[in-house]
Amino acid sequence: MSTGTVATFEDSLERLEVGWTHASSDGLADVLEGLCSDPTIGVDLPYDGVDLPDWVNTDPTPADLREANAGVTAAGLGIADYGSVVVQGTPDGIEPVSLFGDLHVAVLRQSDIVPGMPEAFDWLGEEFRTGHSSAIIATGPSATADMGALVKGAHGPKEVHVVILDE
Amino acid sequence: MSKAREAKAAKIRQLMETEGDAVGTSTRGFNEGRYESVQTLDDYEGLKSEARAIKEDAIERLPELIDQLRETVESNGGTLYIADDAADANQYIREVCEDKEAERVVKSKSMTSEEIEVNEDLEAADIDVVETDLGEWVLQVADESPSHIVAPAIHKSREAIADLFNETFEPDEPLETAEELTMFAREQLGELIEGADVGMTGANFITADTGTMALVTSEGNARKTAVVPDTHVAVAGVEKVIPTVEDLRPFVELIGKSGTGQDITSYISLLTPPVESPTVDFDAPDTPLSATETDRDFHLVLIDNGRFDMREDDQLRETLYCIRCSACSNVCANFQHVGGHAFGGETYSGGIGTGWEAGVEGLDSAAEFNDLCTGCSRCTTACPVEIDIPWINTVVRDRVNRGEVSELDWLVEGLTPDEEPGGVSLQKRFFGNFETAAKVGSFFAPVSNWAAGLGVSRDIMERFLGIDARRELPAFQRETLKDWFESRTSRVDDPVRTAVLYPDVYTNHVQVERGKAAVRALEALGVDVIVPDVRSSGRAPLSQGMIATAEDHAHDVYAGLAEHIDDGRDIVVIEPSDLAMFQSEYEKFLPEKSFERISEASYEVMEYVFGLLEHGADAGALSAGAGEEIAYHSHCQQRTLGLEGHTEAVLSDLGYDVATSDVECCGMAGSFGYKSEYYELSVDVGSELQGQFQTDENRDRTVVASGTSCLEQLDSLLSRPTQHPIQLVAPRR
Repeated sequence: MSTGTVATFEDSLERLEVGWTHASSDGLADVLEGLCSDPTIGVDLPYDGVDLPDWVNTDPTPADLREANAGVTAAGLGIADYGSVVVQGTPDGIEPVSLFGDLHVAVLRQSDIVPGMPEAFDWLGEEFRTGHSSAIIATGPSATADMGALVKGAHGPKEVHVVILDE
Repeated sequence: MSKAREAKAAKIRQLMETEGDAVGTSTRGFNEGRYESVQTLDDYEGLKSEARAIKEDAIERLPELIDQLRETVESNGGTLYIADDAADANQYIREVCEDKEAERVVKSKSMTSEEIEVNEDLEAADIDVVETDLGEWVLQVADESPSHIVAPAIHKSREAIADLFNETFEPDEPLETAEELTMFAREQLGELIEGADVGMTGANFITADTGTMALVTSEGNARKTAVVPDTHVAVAGVEKVIPTVEDLRPFVELIGKSGTGQDITSYISLLTPPVESPTVDFDAPDTPLSATETDRDFHLVLIDNGRFDMREDDQLRETLYCIRCSACSNVCANFQHVGGHAFGGETYSGGIGTGWEAGVEGLDSAAEFNDLCTGCSRCTTACPVEIDIPWINTVVRDRVNRGEVSELDWLVEGLTPDEEPGGVSLQKRFFGNFETAAKVGSFFAPVSNWAAGLGVSRDIMERFLGIDARRELPAFQRETLKDWFESRTSRVDDPVRTAVLYPDVYTNHVQVERGKAAVRALEALGVDVIVPDVRSSGRAPLSQGMIATAEDHAHDVYAGLAEHIDDGRDIVVIEPSDLAMFQSEYEKFLPEKSFERISEASYEVMEYVFGLLEHGADAGALSAGAGEEIAYHSHCQQRTLGLEGHTEAVLSDLGYDVATSDVECCGMAGSFGYKSEYYELSVDVGSELQGQFQTDENRDRTVVASGTSCLEQLDSLLSRPTQHPIQLVAPRR
């Protein structure tokens, strides 16, 4: 991963009209506070020393999913050319938490951004061969044009924000 | 007009009126999006070839890959079922649902499930089926069928959807905007998903190595369908299996761009079910997901339904490479004007729809719409897996022809020296043997028009041959290009090259002036020209699905040109559809080496002029433009061959100011625009080109076009004269 790759990723997010913010592990809570409104649900991040603030409900119920304004999850990979994040389905519920809220906040380590699909699929091949069962290549919010014009937010989030964790 | 033709014309007319605008706006948008989107790829052509190679290999090794997939799916904890046909698949799916005591199945969009009509089957068993893709749901509410394989409700305008929802659901406030309609649907469907017992999806691809399926979506309904209920049934054709996860990459990069012109759709779900994600049990709304016992069940139902037979069929096999992206629908001028309700069969629509319908439903369903493919070939470069879609349509047409019986063969007797076994419709036999009609036409010209010369009135022609009386017939010239050429002496001293100007039927008999212009232009550039007596290319019979006849032409043409090629002469072709025969279709008819020789030796006439000028020929010998404003329409097959730019470059270099049309096809397409059942569609398609050439900016421009058909169509649609670009640049005498 080079600074060029990060810049390309940011350009792609810009094109998709997806917001992004850089944050340090210490600054994450403040960044999330600025992005999310109650109720916010989340899944604990798999990064050492990086915790979600207490006000994020990390043990949601189906009712919480239904009511959530925002869902905060880790993203396993960023794909620079496309501005995509890879959302891994895990037993602790990343898939539903990233899907039901109006806003999905994807927290991504800067070092996990790869240039393009060839690198992404090398990584994904390894993931699936080692037993992981689900990965969504998510690019921007959910959308549909089925009702006569492009509308953001069909069944999934209406908005996506990527927080890039600087290390 | 015969009753069958009148009925077909009426259906097309009605769809053009009711659905044409909505379909046209969206498909043209998708198509333009494709052109823009593929430019973001470093190596688009390379990626397509890679995708193609993966599919070729996968279909070749399909039984082995399915065995491997069965092992991986079972070791993952799922079940693989291979269904022979629709009934078999439906029975299995119904039993899965009944075992779960399912009351409601939620579905994400799947054409394969449309093919087997699983909704009807489950509903008959009192199981509620809900389509959660917004477009599919609109159709479910409206009780209509998809008009497009990717955007199923493309034929419905926002206003029509609003009316439908307001009448059906009577919301407190009438719905109006796309945003309101979408949010209403999201809410309604969200509740239905919450209470679902089984989630059914399709699968765009399934990898044999890990049992991973890819779902290409944008709304998020497939994600919810797969994650909320504990039972997931995926339904897909056997052809969806590819070897490895890494093999997904070119498809993921190509499918959105090729289809709706998106760089990538919002979600590519890669799932190896049963997935680890917790189920979401809305019946226990206050039990945390962490405390929910997740015991998922996964059934992959792979459907044969004719596909293994297609795999054994040398002509239809390519259809199985199709990734259902819809590029061939969106790029198709005819599809843009009528949509899948006319240009489609039982399930599948668009160019490749013919192959699918022939393979899974049978020839009857394919025959319903097969003739709407004019062979313009614009889909061949749009297809991300490089399927020769016009060829599949031609093959199916040939097979359909062989099933038809005609009692009126006497009408075209003597005009149809073809190789066909009988059964081909009179209309097709007439157009397929156009070279013979042209010879007769020139013989009678100009003392009487050719139809009278044949002793056939326009009324008879319309009734029995289906030649629309509203279409002006070509005026055959008494002196053919060959006659003219033989009566003169070449004046080139010390020629730089020797070229064989191929006398295609139209140039030889109808548009003789463009042939003479080509001879003058080439000679002015120092080229010695020969106009030999060679048979027509076979394009006419091929476009009628008369493959044996076309092949016979190919052998004769090659025999007639081989010595010239051996002698180092260049083959210069004026008519792009004939050049496309030499450079594309002849590959199917000639030995490989012969095909390579004729393909490499042949040039489009303006491409040839371009090459001569590049190699130092004196442009001053041609007619300079001095800023003359030109409106240029290239030819569909010419653009597929990548030869549009040469004409533009030559004209610009000579000082012409060129504006080029960007419609995919003029709508005439050889015989298509003459046929009474398609005349109105042809004119409707042509109206786009007409519109472009009548804007304030273009209305005074001199009109030039490369193809015979394009010139005929433009002549009928515009009040100003038209000509081939070679006539513009050729010295006047």
